[in-house]
Amino acid sequence: MDKPSPSLLFAPATRQKLLAFASLLALMVFFSAASPNFLQADNLVSILQATAVNGVLAIACTFVIVSAGIDLSVGTLMTFCAVMAGVFLTQWGLPLWAGVAAAIGFGALCGAVSGLLIAKLKVPPFIATLGMMMLLKGLSLVISGTKPIYFNDTPGFSAISQDSLIGELLPALPIPNAVLILFVVALAAAVALNKSLLGRYAFALGSNEEAVRLSGVNVDLWKVAVYSVSGGICGIAGLLIASRLNSAQPALGQGYELDAIAAVVIGGTSLSGGTGTILGTIIGAFIMSVLTNGLRIMSVAQEWQTVVTGVIIILAVYTDILRRRRA
Amino acid sequence: MSAQPVVEMRGIGKSFNGVRALGDCRFELLPGEVHALMGENGAGKSTMMKLLAGIYPMDAGEILLAGQPVQLGSPRAAQQQGIAIIHQELNLMNHLSAAQNIFIGREPRSGFGLLVDEAALNRQAAQIFERMNLALDPRTPVGRLTVAKQQMVEIAKALSFESRVLIMDEPTAALNTTETAELFRIIRQLKAQGVGIVYISHKMDELQQIADRVTVMRDGQTIGTVPAAGTPMDTIITMMVGRRLADAPAAPPDTSRNPVVLQVQGLRRGKAVRDVSFTLRRGEILGFAGLMGAGRTEVARAVFGADAIEAGEIRVRGEPVKIRSPKDAVAHGIGYLSEDRKQFGLATGLDVETNVALASMRRFTGAGGLLDEAALRRAAQGYVARLSIKTPSVHQQVRLLSGGNQQKIVIAKWLLRDCDILFFDEPTRGIDIGAKSEIYKLLDELAAQGKAIVMISSELPEVLRMSHRILVMCEGRVTGELPAREATQEKIMQLATQR
Repeated sequence: MDKPSPSLLFAPATRQKLLAFASLLALMVFFSAASPNFLQADNLVSILQATAVNGVLAIACTFVIVSAGIDLSVGTLMTFCAVMAGVFLTQWGLPLWAGVAAAIGFGALCGAVSGLLIAKLKVPPFIATLGMMMLLKGLSLVISGTKPIYFNDTPGFSAISQDSLIGELLPALPIPNAVLILFVVALAAAVALNKSLLGRYAFALGSNEEAVRLSGVNVDLWKVAVYSVSGGICGIAGLLIASRLNSAQPALGQGYELDAIAAVVIGGTSLSGGTGTILGTIIGAFIMSVLTNGLRIMSVAQEWQTVVTGVIIILAVYTDILRRRRA
Repeated sequence: MSAQPVVEMRGIGKSFNGVRALGDCRFELLPGEVHALMGENGAGKSTMMKLLAGIYPMDAGEILLAGQPVQLGSPRAAQQQGIAIIHQELNLMNHLSAAQNIFIGREPRSGFGLLVDEAALNRQAAQIFERMNLALDPRTPVGRLTVAKQQMVEIAKALSFESRVLIMDEPTAALNTTETAELFRIIRQLKAQGVGIVYISHKMDELQQIADRVTVMRDGQTIGTVPAAGTPMDTIITMMVGRRLADAPAAPPDTSRNPVVLQVQGLRRGKAVRDVSFTLRRGEILGFAGLMGAGRTEVARAVFGADAIEAGEIRVRGEPVKIRSPKDAVAHGIGYLSEDRKQFGLATGLDVETNVALASMRRFTGAGGLLDEAALRRAAQGYVARLSIKTPSVHQQVRLLSGGNQQKIVIAKWLLRDCDILFFDEPTRGIDIGAKSEIYKLLDELAAQGKAIVMISSELPEVLRMSHRILVMCEGRVTGELPAREATQEKIMQLATQR
């Protein structure tokens, strides 16, 4: 009866995460044995760096998927937020904080639009966010005039992702800020998902929406809130990618949503809603980037890397099904 | 009982899309009273109570709470007035804990109102459970609880609102005898605290045990209110159906010399099925009695190939057969009608014709893989007529039909597939009395035509009324076999509770 109360990141299904974590370790051991270059500090930092954007997007998706929704627009929304940051900073010359606020604010706004389409107009989430995906892709191209927007006039912008606060304190650990931001976002998201009202209603909606409605909860409001928070987090991803490239690339973004959803699913979150953890999602994101990085180091051709990633996704979900069947 | 009624509903009217569901209905509930609301499916009981719970808006009439007229525009408004409803299909979030379910929408907060105070949540839930004398860890995910415990969580939720009116829609439909007793204990406790309870049920025998008064509805109208004690059941049934039921059980036919069509020997599957053996003869109705969880459904599923077996031999018409999947079972003429029609038996979004033909599609497939739609329609129409399925046409969506007619469609599906060994798992669950007697008649006819039938039922009167022979199970074992004419409720219960 008296089990210890689950700690923040490990709630609620620890065993499930252990499996994903074990797979991640196994992959790392395998690649270390296969290539001496894998365990080099430079390479590990580049894996961390490469995980940042997909990891943050996957966190955004986790909220939506836990509530039994789906968001196909996270990739192009990320780009749209980057473009809006470019408009604020480069075209209008506003200070850095305004650009950051613009990215997150427009992200939340677009998320709210998706949420309203789904909650109020009853458009199925798949279709609503598919529409938003294309709409935002087009808007990004229109607003930027189909050309990249560079942030050369805002020197602090590239520091968001590239500098290393940790490295300043501990010179031996030159971990870029992008990774720090990923972990801060993950921690905040884990608190929000497990401890906050928003997270509670996300799980409740994913588990049994009708029951939530009959309990007198404003279901529409919380759906919009879930998509808005997800959108705001996509804004953070937009800042990270724009900062890394020192530019907003309007043609980028499509395809990122599938990587993000894959990371969520590998991390053990069910697409039918009601279960899921941020820790699992982060592990899922790392499995994907370790795989890409390791296969590249082993000089596996790009096209085969994609094949392997596909197989891994199917295997991950299948092991999860097996585990459930046994339980 | 001259107290002021806690609820008075007068002149209530309600239509859906122009179809009248309720007309000039009334209902009254006293504090500390258990008031049973009876009527066939579609009589308007649930609609009436959904109006009281604020789920539907009213078209006409008024609701008075403790003498004051009120407007109940939403479930939340009704909750705030102290009215709670427990739906037949429990409305819980299975992934969330008991405590989280109870306080959904009203979580105690911390951290500037942004965070949920989990400790306070669990403490408050534990207090409610304590008040109910219920041993339950508030942190348990609801999905892991039994249906009975889940219902207790719903009741706890209702109590947490300080409810003065509690509406329960068929609360015992999925409970066994022990669990029902526990539920009645809680109901009596609430009654003593002055809570008014509306009790919707199809089970007549429960009325005498728990209800003070009975209100009967029929065709969207209130027929009358009578005291539960001293009113003969026949009177209530007549009020419900508007006519007397000719339901006298005939002497069961002697089937003891008919050829054995199914022989099961030493069937095992984990703890649910331990060494079960039985035979089934042509033209026989074999009743499977026992408490819920005794392993009856598991036996049926194992024979049907839906679950893998660990050991055991199955012979169909004398031949040993290997059944590894439902496909094998159907090929040997075995059909299974699941207790949960919506989940396992029917594609409710599709029409009658498709559902009837679901197991026999191949037969209606002509050259080039195209369906012979004319033959399909003829076959479906044939069964609609033969089983008197009430539907406007064979193209009607199955979800729009009543439970009794849905059940008949599942039967039609297996008959069309030429199954002559049929497992009926709780064939009358959730079906009203009129449709029940039709299903009984149909089972009698099928047996008379030579079909062999296993009927699993948790309602003892039903087992006694229908079976030619009764097999009793307890904890995965067969604990006894009774010929129909020697069986009584007491004998069955004794065997069903043998440890």
